[in-house]
Amino acid sequence: MEMKPLTRVILGLVCLLVAIWLVAPMLVVVPMSFNENKSLAFPPQGFSWQWYQNFFTNPDWMSSFLNSVKVASIVAALATVLGTLAAFGLDRMKARPANLLRMLMLTPMVVPGVVLAIGIYAVYLDAHLVGTLTGFVLAHTILALPFVLIAVSASLEVFDRRLETAAASLGAGALTAFRTVTLPLILPGILSGLLFAFATSFDEIVVSLFITNPYLKTLPVQIFSSITRDADPTVAAVGTILLLATTILIGGGMLLLGRERKGPQ
Amino acid sequence: MKPGQESKGAAIDLESISKAYGGFKALDGVSLRIEPGEFMTLLGPSGSGKTTTLNVVAGFTDLTSGKLLVGGRNVVGVPAHKRNIGVVFQHYALFPHMSVGRNVAYPLTLRGVDQAERKARVARALDMVKMGDFAHRYPSELSGGQQQRVALARAIVFDPPLLLMDEPLGALDKKLREWLQLEIKRIHRELGTTFVYVTHDQEEALVLSDRIAVFNRGRIEQVGTGRELYDEPATLFVGRFIGDSTVLRGEARSDGTSTALRIAGETVTAPRRIAGEASPVMLLRPEKLAIRRSGQDAAGTTNRLPGTIAEAIYLGSGSKYEVRLADGSVAIVRSPLTGDSFGLGDRVELCFDGADAKLLADDSSADATLT
Repeated sequence: MEMKPLTRVILGLVCLLVAIWLVAPMLVVVPMSFNENKSLAFPPQGFSWQWYQNFFTNPDWMSSFLNSVKVASIVAALATVLGTLAAFGLDRMKARPANLLRMLMLTPMVVPGVVLAIGIYAVYLDAHLVGTLTGFVLAHTILALPFVLIAVSASLEVFDRRLETAAASLGAGALTAFRTVTLPLILPGILSGLLFAFATSFDEIVVSLFITNPYLKTLPVQIFSSITRDADPTVAAVGTILLLATTILIGGGMLLLGRERKGPQ
Repeated sequence: MKPGQESKGAAIDLESISKAYGGFKALDGVSLRIEPGEFMTLLGPSGSGKTTTLNVVAGFTDLTSGKLLVGGRNVVGVPAHKRNIGVVFQHYALFPHMSVGRNVAYPLTLRGVDQAERKARVARALDMVKMGDFAHRYPSELSGGQQQRVALARAIVFDPPLLLMDEPLGALDKKLREWLQLEIKRIHRELGTTFVYVTHDQEEALVLSDRIAVFNRGRIEQVGTGRELYDEPATLFVGRFIGDSTVLRGEARSDGTSTALRIAGETVTAPRRIAGEASPVMLLRPEKLAIRRSGQDAAGTTNRLPGTIAEAIYLGSGSKYEVRLADGSVAIVRSPLTGDSFGLGDRVELCFDGADAKLLADDSSADATLT
């Protein structure tokens, strides 16, 4: 059906509005990070790189950033392995118990973060896990697991299991068939699960606020405490850096996926 | 394989194989000997157990009881990947992330064949199925027929002594199917491997096979060459499944040497009888039946039944008629072009020589399974 010019214009305007509404909060951060004064006022005054400098030289910022990278990397690896195994197990189980188990494993996505955080905190106090790397990794893995489970389950859903039968007839044992046929075909799902798991851990704040202590802070915790203490534009600089990093990561991923989809020529 | 045998193929012995799923018997005591290098087709309607048999031989399905020997070796309990049997699936099952060349090389890579030899054997297998120019393509870039030819190359490239094919042409259109049937026949001749082929298409079975095993409800009804099954069906089911047929049912009377059926007031006789208590029916092939106009002189034929032409089909090489008999049943007649031609509704007489009628035990399930 051909659209009338007026409809087209109105539709375009609405889209533009929605786009601005979605992106504006992020883009406000960018100019603020170049502020000359120590304030988070918008619009910013003057231009300076000092907040970026502060981020890279201040040990509070640097160590919390490195902590976050460390925790998120371990969580991503752990959640991807566990989530992939879980997705496999559920895929090959009888439907009814599998659905129950799947729902159980997805609860961390549904349960309010605060509730989860209180529970984790109570247990961690006894177990002396507050402010430890192990504590952060365990808590974040619980939160990241559902994302891996969903992503890998989705690619297993479209995976044709008869290919494994074919591989067996050609001489491949179960492990070889998995490595040479199943894994390459569900790899996109596993990778996107990995990415989600990393992101979940990297920007997790609610649980982290409970189980942090002065010796181990993650970046979101540092940002939060910094902004509640004073209006430090370093927060804006960090935000800009993260924005840039995620844009490159996601954009690159989409480019790669797009090439994959067209098929290797 | 025993020494001195010339064929490269393996013999297969199925000894009273059964497979039960809960209370349902998918296979009920199937025994079958397949000779080395033979082209054996497992033919039957869906759910008759032919694919289950294939899966048992391939190692995809465990059997509940029975013995299975491939090349004289007991393979019960041997996992599929250690059986060294080629399998071609109806759904091709090519690996979509590998090129055609890598798909075909896959079983060789698993067997540690070195690169130079691998390349040569992949090229040879692809040439055999006439896909030599497609080694660098991906499965998604090929048509169904091309994909199935690649799958065939992949299943024969490691020289298995036995090749199983599960309705490999089922997803292709008629013309392609007929051409690929001849290709498969040629490849079987060139390889000398034992082929076991599953299909529900009796014409395909007749074109391809040395022998055919007809399956029905988890059992084998009869094993034989196409000609044996057509000319001498052991059961009504086989007679109806292979080729066109007319079944005459009626009140039966047998004496020592012949059987008479009384059908809507008329009597037909055949100089034979069947053993046992079952009520006999007569099965007639279309070319053994003749039709002539009512009232015409019918000297020389032993049996006559009145009817009307219900369908007249021109086949080019002849005509095929469906004749509705007085008892409501339908007879199928094929007549050469040289004879009289008939139109719808013509009153005719169906004539046949009693010696051409096969006497078989009635089996109402034969109708139910077929329709």
